[in-house]
Amino acid sequence: MNIYVLLKKTFDTEEKIAVSGGKIEDDGAEFIINPYDEYAVEEAINQRDAHGGEVTVVTIGDEDSEKQLRTALAMGADKAVLINTEDDLEDGDQFTTAKILEAYFEDKEADLILAGNVAIDEASGQVGPRLAEYLGIPYVTTITDLKIDGENATIEKDVEGDVEIIETSLPLLVTCQQGLNEPRYPSLPGIMKAKKKPLEELEIDDLDLEEEDVEPKTKTIEIFLPPEKEAGKVLEGEVSDQVKELVSLLKNEKKVL
Amino acid sequence: MTEKILVIGEARDGELRNVSFEAIAAAKKINADGEIVGVICGNEDLKSQAQEMIYYGVDRVVTIQHDNLETYTSEGYGQALLTVINEESPDGIVMGHTSAGKDLSPKLATKLETGLISDAVALESDGDKVQFTRPIYSGKAFEKKIITSGLTFVTIRPNNIPALERDESRSGDISSKDVDVTDIRTVIKDVIRKASEGVDLSEANVIVAGGRGVKSADGFKPLYELAEVLGGAVGASRGACDADYCDYSLQIGQTGKVVTPDLYIAVGISGAIQHLAGMSNSKVIVAINKDAESNIFNVADYGIVGDLFEVIPLLIEEIKKIKQ
Repeated sequence: MNIYVLLKKTFDTEEKIAVSGGKIEDDGAEFIINPYDEYAVEEAINQRDAHGGEVTVVTIGDEDSEKQLRTALAMGADKAVLINTEDDLEDGDQFTTAKILEAYFEDKEADLILAGNVAIDEASGQVGPRLAEYLGIPYVTTITDLKIDGENATIEKDVEGDVEIIETSLPLLVTCQQGLNEPRYPSLPGIMKAKKKPLEELEIDDLDLEEEDVEPKTKTIEIFLPPEKEAGKVLEGEVSDQVKELVSLLKNEKKVL
Repeated sequence: MTEKILVIGEARDGELRNVSFEAIAAAKKINADGEIVGVICGNEDLKSQAQEMIYYGVDRVVTIQHDNLETYTSEGYGQALLTVINEESPDGIVMGHTSAGKDLSPKLATKLETGLISDAVALESDGDKVQFTRPIYSGKAFEKKIITSGLTFVTIRPNNIPALERDESRSGDISSKDVDVTDIRTVIKDVIRKASEGVDLSEANVIVAGGRGVKSADGFKPLYELAEVLGGAVGASRGACDADYCDYSLQIGQTGKVVTPDLYIAVGISGAIQHLAGMSNSKVIVAINKDAESNIFNVADYGIVGDLFEVIPLLIEEIKKIKQ
């Protein structure tokens, strides 16, 4: 099977967020593989081990993105592709990303494309479905189980807590939800091997794209932090008095009861 | 200028979800003078749902009834809605940022070669450009976005943009549209219902959520009682779900549901960042936890440091008193 994973690097979940010059400050921040994309990498490896084939991890980013690609290779992916847009694109949106990926996948004959259901930074969840639509293949989002038998796939999909059992066929794009698997940590031999695995670097020019082909259709005009929350009030005294005070505050002060 | 805006209604168990009414209010905010057209899909008669959309502010409604539209699928609903979108050629589209909305909107946006702003919690319009506010980095920051080309297409987060007052004196045309819904490649074989009956968690005004501190499935009983007295819903942290105290359908957080109730009572929840991502925008947050150092107290408006099994029954009694 020809398996691909769409991967994005994101801020580490625990990072504090600061804004400077209208942008999220990323100096010195720790970057990780978007946690939902880790499920996609793990699933891709498992499917390859079960059905044979090859796993290629694809990211759009800058030269620092190599680190996350190497991590995916160390987990067990076979090949990696970095589409480096650092020099060509000022900003982009989900349209931009999907359009670049469309160009990349045009001649790839992918059987299965996996992505995270959402990236924890911009959290739009658009790129997977957009790409599937461009490629004309079916997609299922927020999956928690995937069984492939020949050309057929049986999927469990999380729908706000309910589970849908879906039957569909390859080629297919899925986006991964927590519960699908437990992503492995790269092993030491895995990390050693990853250094020698192929990592291809492309620019949008290599995909026959011009800047205007991928011009975003939305624009961020401001980034701001939520207003600092006033320190909460920890109630004191006898428990029964605290409860009385709480109810009174909720009723009279906040008017939510 | 957005002269005509389509609002895609979404039903659950035969009734429109609140977020669909909120989407109508959002469309009105985009352009108060524009025409707002509701669209709903389903396999049964949709007249009463259409009528509700009119009471909540749309000018007219197009219904699409087809056997293949019983349950949402991106292909079925996509085909049906694209037919209407192409016919109406709207300047804008608004729908809820729900499971179906998240799944469908990127598909429609791609077909329509347009941008899409997902998960907006607020919007402001100066009559020309519309600015949408949406949370990023798990709610640790916000961005304001505008559409630079194509349709004004947006999905809105439930419980953030208030619906208009329901007004039965409003009237409007309801028309039905026949569409072809064929070649469905993703077939739903079965749906295993896990989400609890009653108040929809993502739309609840009051949520009582339990964490590991609740200690057992039995420990959730007082939380259910408190939620009932408050007319709210019960939620949980991932920790409580992992420990099997309750079903994952109750999970609130980055992975589970993102909620914005008026009142969020966190019980025995430590307040991991992933949990905060799902609830930190709640209007009022109350934390009840044994451990005074818990992170949850940093986001709470009011905190009680104490044993939840002592506090909750007292709280139930006290609320019953004022509700009488």
